Amino acid sequence: MTTLTPPPTMPTAATPAATGGRPATRPRNAPQRKKARQARALVLPALIFSVVMTQIPFLTTIYFSTLQWNQLRPDEIAFNWFKNYAVVFTGPDFLPSLMSTVIITGSSVVLSLLLGLFFAILLDRKFVGQGLARTLMITPFLVMPAAAALIWKWSMLDVNVGMVNWALNTVGLPSVAWNTDLPIVTIIMLLTWQYTPFMMLILLAGLQSQSREVLEAASVDGAGPWRTFQWMTLPHLRQYIEIATLLGSIMLLQAFDPIAIMTKGTGGTKTLSYLLYERAFIGLDVGQAAAFGVVTVVVTIAVATFALRTLFKVFINGGER
Amino acid sequence: MRKTRGILITAMTWVLVLMFFFPIGWMVFTSLKSEGDAALIPPRFIADLSFDQYAIVFERGMGAYLLNSLTASVGSTILVLLLAIPAAYGLSIRPIKKVKDVLFFFISTRFLPAAASILPVFFILKSVGALDNITAMTFLYAAMNLPIAVWMMRSFFNEVPLEIVEAAQIDGANLRTELVRVVLPILLPGIAAVALICFIFSWNEYFLATLLTTFQARTTPPFLASFVDGRGQFLAVLSAAATIAVLPVIIAGWAAQKQLVRGLAMGAVK
Repeated sequence: MTTLTPPPTMPTAATPAATGGRPATRPRNAPQRKKARQARALVLPALIFSVVMTQIPFLTTIYFSTLQWNQLRPDEIAFNWFKNYAVVFTGPDFLPSLMSTVIITGSSVVLSLLLGLFFAILLDRKFVGQGLARTLMITPFLVMPAAAALIWKWSMLDVNVGMVNWALNTVGLPSVAWNTDLPIVTIIMLLTWQYTPFMMLILLAGLQSQSREVLEAASVDGAGPWRTFQWMTLPHLRQYIEIATLLGSIMLLQAFDPIAIMTKGTGGTKTLSYLLYERAFIGLDVGQAAAFGVVTVVVTIAVATFALRTLFKVFINGGER
Repeated sequence: MRKTRGILITAMTWVLVLMFFFPIGWMVFTSLKSEGDAALIPPRFIADLSFDQYAIVFERGMGAYLLNSLTASVGSTILVLLLAIPAAYGLSIRPIKKVKDVLFFFISTRFLPAAASILPVFFILKSVGALDNITAMTFLYAAMNLPIAVWMMRSFFNEVPLEIVEAAQIDGANLRTELVRVVLPILLPGIAAVALICFIFSWNEYFLATLLTTFQARTTPPFLASFVDGRGQFLAVLSAAATIAVLPVIIAGWAAQKQLVRGLAMGAVK
């Protein structure tokens, strides 16, 4: 199922906090019923559009996943129950691919989160050109991923003319053939570069929402900067860190562009989404690709459920900030 | 002593920020060099600069791809706004039951990877002859961005003081005037922010564009790779094409910096 159910900790009635500050009153009299009808009419178009464009294709994917269907033999389409799933789980590709996905997503999330926190702390200070520095810092996240992958591959990491290798040579280190010798590192590096600004933006918003007075009071009371950070800033940042981590994970889990452009799935970079692409559009096995697709969705939903719980916790605890 | 430390931290901050920005700055610089200069090692930090590479990029027909990107991005953004603004209104100001369930539904479609629907979408478009069709891409991008737009829009609606709406209702304004005359003007900055975010995500989209378009409707991201030339030098022309491709979004993002964080966090962070 793609429609996630709300976590059980949620109050069942739509409380003001949970729905973002507006009580969902039960329509009692005629004008209120009319209002509720109007409200439904407002939500319905978006809802129908979403169902048609996302849910129906997904259900069809589930159906495809139970078919024996290779595009090379289009007249041999047949129902084969869960055979595709058996192939997925017992085949040699699934586990390594799941591992690649976990390693690439996990490392990129952790690295960009740490770097993002570091930059957020640096940019939270008042200094000359603060605004400009922030503007420059967010740019990598805005760069089209396909363009970023191409520029990194050919202009930064190329063995002969790449700037990174030139920098390595300048300090006396040998050139590295990043794309072919260290494909996982290459992908993680690029993703970290692109997602550090994303993490930084959310964490910076968290830092700036801290009450200055409380921080000043702490400093007057003789708390050093490290203790203030550890006992006041970090707990305050917790929910921002959670949101950043989880939204970042969801986006990074779906990262496809750098892998398609830089490594083409070689050297342990064949993530689930790339594997699915390869099965469907190079291997032409629709049934198996669909099964991979369904499994990918299940993995994503496992992550997304945590993400949703956190998002809603923010609404409940903090209301609308 | 304390002042020196401050200056040192500022200097360090700037060095790190510039290192982070370097690939982008270098891309722009390379795009202005000649092909021969671009491939020199050690790199030349002073070179003759010109817009020649940009002329080559357009000679190779980048204009058509940019136009496709623009059509799909602007079209899907308009479609998203038309669907998301009323929906967010219904979910915020006009209370309906099951707000939570509806919101959950929307956000869950955002978390659904494109992998979940790409195969049926491909075969449906193929069977109706809509592969390589920019209208189809517009609708797909609208579906991709709708959940973010609804969530983000709702967080803006939640900030409209209820009193203003109620006052309008007492004045006898009906739903449409209430929405158009009273609420919309307050929301204009929010709507602009939502539009920018939707534009950014559509403009940068690669996966669907690669698989569902070939020539007629091909957008910029998959086209960029064609500047990689197996035989000759291509660094300068690739940099020029990439610079053109990233420029609209970078400008949009810089302009909407304050709203960016909110959109990215789906309205959970201001």
